[in-house]
Amino acid sequence: MKMTGAEIFCESLRREGVKTVFGLPGGVVLKIFDVLCQQKDLDLVLTRHEQGAAHMAEGYAKATGKAGVVLVTSGPGMTNIVTGLADAYMDSVPLVAFTGQVSTDLIGNDAFQEADNVGISRPCTKHNVLVKDVNDLAQTIKEAFYIATSGRPGPVLVDIPKDVSIAKAEFKYPDKVNLRGYNPTVNGNKNQVKQAAEEIMKAKKPMIYVGGGAVFADAADEIRELAELTQIPVTMTLMGLGSFPGTHPLSLGMLGMHGGYWTNMGMHHADLLIAVGARFDDRVTGKLSEFCPEARVIHIDIDPTSIKKTFHAHIPIVGDVKAVLRQLNVILRSMDGNPAQVKALRAPWIKQIDEWKKTHPLTYKQDDKIIKPQFVIEKLYELTKHNAIVATDVGQHQMFAAQYFKGSKPRTWLTSGGLGTMGFGFPAAIGAQVAFPDRLVLCITSEGSFQMNLQELVVAAERKLPVKIIVLNNGVHGMVRQWQDLFYEGRYSASILGKLPDFVKLADAYGIAGLRALKPSEVEPALKEGLKHKGPVLIDVHTDPYENCYPMIPAGGAHHQMMLEDPPELKLARKGGGHKRKVEEGEGVLPA
Amino acid sequence: MEHIISVLVENKFGVLARVAGLFSARGYNIESLSVAPTLDPTTSMITIVTAGDDPIIEQIMKQLNKVVEVLKVVDLTETHFLDRETALIKVHTKPEHRDEAIRLADIFRAKIVDSSPNTYTIEITGDIEKVEAMIQMLKPLGIKELIRTGRIAISRETTHTASPRREPALLKT
Repeated sequence: MKMTGAEIFCESLRREGVKTVFGLPGGVVLKIFDVLCQQKDLDLVLTRHEQGAAHMAEGYAKATGKAGVVLVTSGPGMTNIVTGLADAYMDSVPLVAFTGQVSTDLIGNDAFQEADNVGISRPCTKHNVLVKDVNDLAQTIKEAFYIATSGRPGPVLVDIPKDVSIAKAEFKYPDKVNLRGYNPTVNGNKNQVKQAAEEIMKAKKPMIYVGGGAVFADAADEIRELAELTQIPVTMTLMGLGSFPGTHPLSLGMLGMHGGYWTNMGMHHADLLIAVGARFDDRVTGKLSEFCPEARVIHIDIDPTSIKKTFHAHIPIVGDVKAVLRQLNVILRSMDGNPAQVKALRAPWIKQIDEWKKTHPLTYKQDDKIIKPQFVIEKLYELTKHNAIVATDVGQHQMFAAQYFKGSKPRTWLTSGGLGTMGFGFPAAIGAQVAFPDRLVLCITSEGSFQMNLQELVVAAERKLPVKIIVLNNGVHGMVRQWQDLFYEGRYSASILGKLPDFVKLADAYGIAGLRALKPSEVEPALKEGLKHKGPVLIDVHTDPYENCYPMIPAGGAHHQMMLEDPPELKLARKGGGHKRKVEEGEGVLPA
Repeated sequence: MEHIISVLVENKFGVLARVAGLFSARGYNIESLSVAPTLDPTTSMITIVTAGDDPIIEQIMKQLNKVVEVLKVVDLTETHFLDRETALIKVHTKPEHRDEAIRLADIFRAKIVDSSPNTYTIEITGDIEKVEAMIQMLKPLGIKELIRTGRIAISRETTHTASPRREPALLKT
């Protein structure tokens, strides 16, 4: 049967099991939207900005593991999703973005709303294609989903010219994909895996270092088995959080720039590093030349370019993390018949780490005057525990959330790691809530990040998505202010936000419940009330603008060179008011 | 160190841009680049000459392999290979230099493919040393214009380094 390009598009999505599309219409995609609105089983989430659509699709993909689907128009529609594509590319999020393009006879003519979609998105997509013939459309869509979700996942862009969406072709959806140049390795090299197992049994001070790759590979069970079998402590990157229970006795939480003292000290003294689906990002390693100086390195990753990119690996294993860990666990089980022996071997190492943890735990001081951001996150964690999906934005609040919210399950921690995109959190939370309408979805954000995509409040309101938005409102770009205090003599260049909207009134304007907490005593009641509320709710919590996030490895520092509290000169400057400017001088910083 | 990398790709638009983009995005330089279809018209061979230390070359090879339309990547410098380049050189030929230009072309087994009252255009093919030497020898005459194809390379079937008909030894300038 002959179908139009638009019909082929919808039918192909159906064959891929797509239920939800995030997007916004425009001139050249009118035909597709026209057909889409007639499909009862395809839900279009109409966003108010294309960037929102891209991040919602990311949130959806991160929470479900399936590809998120975006549909936007040409020109500005496409350029507005570039941040989302770049974010997804950095964090390996499977997205399939469909962009409209001007008719094939107009391409290259600087037509209205024309942009070189494929050219612009090339460096921030795993793959992208301009479909010039309607006969290629179904095949291209099939390939796009396959590429986005297989191997190391990532965003794929399919550019559909207007005339291709209107033209007709025989519809035949391919059963399988055969790409000559694309065939990700699944199983690890047997010899390498065996060598890894031998190293693991020999090591006295080993660490498992887990990244986001483990989450997308669904390898949580295998990691747990590896850790428990070998009694090796597990640390996670920002992206890896949730792949191992944060409450497990072997969990060391997050490592790196704002990782725990005990975690980073563990890394510094480790004699074996088992890197699982992680890529030795600079926020993890700090100064590379002094990173894990004593460790042999086993690196398991599906992407060969991640191995030996920034850091050496003694035993590189290319393959799917889940498959390789299964191979490894089989060998380890056969090697080690005596769990008690393993436990005894590792005991001094675990004890050492525990001591580090005892001497330098995460700390903050909550008085009865001003709310500390850590206090809010801890309360929130106490009240919600392991049932919530948490989306965060980027900055201090993100790091506090990573430190204090001990996620226990994979795909419940949605954050922008690689690109560090402020404005990611709220739309991502909406995307997750669309995927799981009955689950508790929290958006931990800040006044700075939230303002970057707050237009999507209307999506939460009209679809009655019960997202709980917790705005840690300190009136400043907190992480920028922290760096200015530590490294720029407290000159608060452009970090004080000055005039801020009244977030409670703002929520009200969108028809969303708003709550506010100004004093420490108001935090728990506000959170409780907000969590009890049936629909979406925004809780504006005014926090200490001067609170800094520690531990901190200063840029260019090594893991054992953490700052654990404000340096003396900063404490002195605060007392004597030696700073050039004060946060309070910003206009209307804390609207009470 | 210099490396010659052969990249077999699908013959589709945008592929060259993606391959070239890998280099530019990482600040790696391409010394020369040559692209043409292979026997199979659905594929093209890209020959890239680049330089870098071992980790950079390893990363380049892996990144190239990662591109969906890339079918095969070979670092020819790790094997025995032949490389060739063609240059078209337009030289000024004052009356007293015309004989010299012909002699040089003869020595280098180059061809004069175009002539005008004041110029010869010389076509030379060979490995990079030969082409460079020819250019150096012609410089005193005055080179008006020079165009080079960039290098192409192919692996040798045997491990002998010498070719059956060896190029004549050349004077290094």
